[in-house]
Amino acid sequence: MKAMVGYCLFALSTIVPAILFPDNYYVTVVGVTICTNIVLAVSLNLLMGYAGQISLGHAAFFGLGAYSSAVLTVKYGIEPWIAMIAGAFMVAVISYILSRPILKLKGHYLAMATLGLGIIVHIFFVQADQLTGGPDGMSGLPVLTIFGIPIDNDIKWYWTFAIFMLLSVLFSLNIARSRSGRALAAVHGSEIAAQMLGVDTAKVKSHIFVFSAVLACITGSLFAHQQDFVSPESFGFFFSIELVTMVVLGGLGSTYGAVVGAIILSLLPELLIVFEDFEVLIFGAILMTIMIFLPQGLFVAMEQAFHNFMNRREQGAANATS
Amino acid sequence: MDQLLQFLISGLTVGSIYALVALGFSIIYNASDVVNFAQGEFVMIGAMSAIFLLKDGMPYPAAVFCAIAITVLVGLALDKFAIEPAKNATVVTTIIITIGASIFLRGAALLIWGKEIYGLPPFSGDKPIVIGNATILPQNIWVMVGTGAAVLAVKYFFDKTLMGKAIMACSYNKKAAFLVGINVKQMLLVSYGLSAALGAAAGVLVAPITFMSYNSGVMLGLKGFCAAILGGMGSSMGAVAGGLLLGIIETIGAGFISSGYKDAIAFFVILVVLFIRPSGILGKAESDRV
Repeated sequence: MKAMVGYCLFALSTIVPAILFPDNYYVTVVGVTICTNIVLAVSLNLLMGYAGQISLGHAAFFGLGAYSSAVLTVKYGIEPWIAMIAGAFMVAVISYILSRPILKLKGHYLAMATLGLGIIVHIFFVQADQLTGGPDGMSGLPVLTIFGIPIDNDIKWYWTFAIFMLLSVLFSLNIARSRSGRALAAVHGSEIAAQMLGVDTAKVKSHIFVFSAVLACITGSLFAHQQDFVSPESFGFFFSIELVTMVVLGGLGSTYGAVVGAIILSLLPELLIVFEDFEVLIFGAILMTIMIFLPQGLFVAMEQAFHNFMNRREQGAANATS
Repeated sequence: MDQLLQFLISGLTVGSIYALVALGFSIIYNASDVVNFAQGEFVMIGAMSAIFLLKDGMPYPAAVFCAIAITVLVGLALDKFAIEPAKNATVVTTIIITIGASIFLRGAALLIWGKEIYGLPPFSGDKPIVIGNATILPQNIWVMVGTGAAVLAVKYFFDKTLMGKAIMACSYNKKAAFLVGINVKQMLLVSYGLSAALGAAAGVLVAPITFMSYNSGVMLGLKGFCAAILGGMGSSMGAVAGGLLLGIIETIGAGFISSGYKDAIAFFVILVVLFIRPSGILGKAESDRV
């Protein structure tokens, strides 16, 4: 019940500004970026937060989605929806094949493998210029039509992304309470203990890896249509790192933590732009400071502080009456 | 065949640099279980400081010495202000902290030195030496000899000196090291300083061959990490072997397959190695504590 209230409040906070200020820059431009980043962070959190598997290459799947939509629609004139589904299918197959050998690795070795994967995909986007347009990227994607409505202006895109984002968040909240969510939590806690309890850990991990990759891939397809432009820059190593940062900054393992992390990392560059040359320096300093002093993440730390505060108040009230 | 010799020479040169970076990775990893993603920034800071000190009229050897000293200070500061305060952080959190540190250092370098690229003059002329049909630049020899000397010095330090042995003790078991009277905090600090010095040395050695700018450290750092993993994380000599091997694979791949895919080949090899041997070529198989 409490969880539903929280979700409704969150949904309202994305809907109300769009109704009140449909032309505002912070809704149509920053809002769409925030929604994109939230879905990506939430999808990465499924893998990192729930299953405890680090990935430094998540941007690769986002990029594969964007490029499959762009290449299939622009070069081969395929319908946007079919291109999107084809991309998702391709990423599902690739991530399934890779999941077993990759997720057998642990800790820093897993970090290295996912990082390598991300860099290889990025280099492919840059080098396969006959297909991808190379460093210059591609543009001229056709308009996406959803239920007969062409998504052809900024506010329609905002609604598309907001709904997609809200569905992803709802899904992520629910998976934690499902059978597979509990299996994931067991894998996170101790893989050997989970195996002892009869959890097929390899299968659980590989499913969540595929799922997380496909979600990022679909986001990529939508992103490509919304931007009407794809270039390798958007899907590089730094973006993967940024996604990991979002998840960890908000609080690993918490869906709303990923949401908060995504919002902060999307807004920070907008706010820091006034510092001009100092932007990078301050960004690094903020990142370090939060992680040093709140290693469990901003959102989780605030949540705990709130609980402590409420408990103390209740205790105080109890003491006063007795 | 001649071509192969030429590739081998450039591969060993690049590989030496990777080896130094990887050695730095593995020293910090051994001492504190942290994969320091700011390792590449040490290379950049070392090279850029030397370049600018030299520009300001300092004699070459003094500039190199000061550049290494500056980088060591940065390394000490990294441990003191970023790693030490975050004592109980998990692997992921420390990764983010060091990534934050690397972004911070890049930002600082951008402010101080701007976006332009710079190079160092070679240590001793640039007249190529001909070996058969291949040529080798004096700077290539400097890189290889410099790396060899640094690796031997590190090996001597860990095998023979009391402080080196104390650091090794910390890496095996911090609590036990503390109980026999080793100042664990100080040993960590020394490891960060040493690792920064190795990075700076790599930067100074390579700056006459490749140009440097404020963000040159990123790829070098990642390749160093690659090399450290290839050799088996935590094994110092494994890191050196991994670095040399990576350099050779990369140059041969670039020469015979495609130079555009040079970096992709390096990472592809890493993936294949990890799939076959999940703990690196020279790494010991790990077992979980239940």
